[in-house]
Amino acid sequence: MTLAQIVFYLLAAFTLVMAWLSVSARQLFRSAIWLLFALVGVAGIYFWMEMEFIAAVQIVVYVGGVVVLIIFSIFLTNQSGDDMPLAGIRRRIAAALAVLFGIGFTASLVAGQSFTASTQVFDNEVSRIGHAMLDTGVGGYALPFEAVSLLLLAAMVGCIVIAMKDGGKEKINSAATAAATEQNQQ
Amino acid sequence: MVPVSHILFFSTALFFIGVYGLLTRRNMIALLMSIELMLNSININFVVFNKYLWPGQLDGVFFSIFIIAIAAAEAAVAIAIVINLYRSHLSVDVDDAAELKY
Repeated sequence: MTLAQIVFYLLAAFTLVMAWLSVSARQLFRSAIWLLFALVGVAGIYFWMEMEFIAAVQIVVYVGGVVVLIIFSIFLTNQSGDDMPLAGIRRRIAAALAVLFGIGFTASLVAGQSFTASTQVFDNEVSRIGHAMLDTGVGGYALPFEAVSLLLLAAMVGCIVIAMKDGGKEKINSAATAAATEQNQQ
Repeated sequence: MVPVSHILFFSTALFFIGVYGLLTRRNMIALLMSIELMLNSININFVVFNKYLWPGQLDGVFFSIFIIAIAAAEAAVAIAIVINLYRSHLSVDVDDAAELKY
């Protein structure tokens, strides 16, 4: 067994254990921390595959962005020290059976295929990715790039509108109470 | 050299761990975390297929980049909805948000 193989199996085992802890932890905050380690493990898998750009994006967006957002929302919404109620035993057994069947079915499908790794060297330099992302010709990704930028703008505006406190209604309510107190005083 | 199928077994296991969380959790933020795990396993698959089977192209890399961007947008919108729901229901349990059920 070469060192690269050992590193891969260690990383995979680490990621799977962390993911399992993340879906089974009773406290939501601990679950978010295990999720963070699982995402770092996935980034390690990308580094192992020599996909440095994807690994960097994974760390910046997921570990630095999404998990921090999730931890913020846990603090805003939950009593983070409390244990979450466990699902019923029948639901857990049914879920475990469904998951085991899914893993077995998919693994048998994958094992039936003969994937032969190509011997060609994969050139994934960041400059090549950048040129392809802004290329408008065949094999270019300029249109989806713009579509994603529009989507991010829409998501940002949507988040602000959804999470904003309803200012208009409060103004009307406070005006109504002010009018009522005035009437009482008179 | 690790066989390609072993990396696919790994991503399959990661995906179904996410499915287990989705089926057993009742807290909306925990459900969101399970979905993130599933999206990550999909990304691993795209990158593996691109690197080992079609190394001349970059499509898998781009699919993963766009999935990561869309997942970030989705997480932000979902958390805004969860916070708004917490304000009106004082709970983030999916069973408590059943007004549209009947």
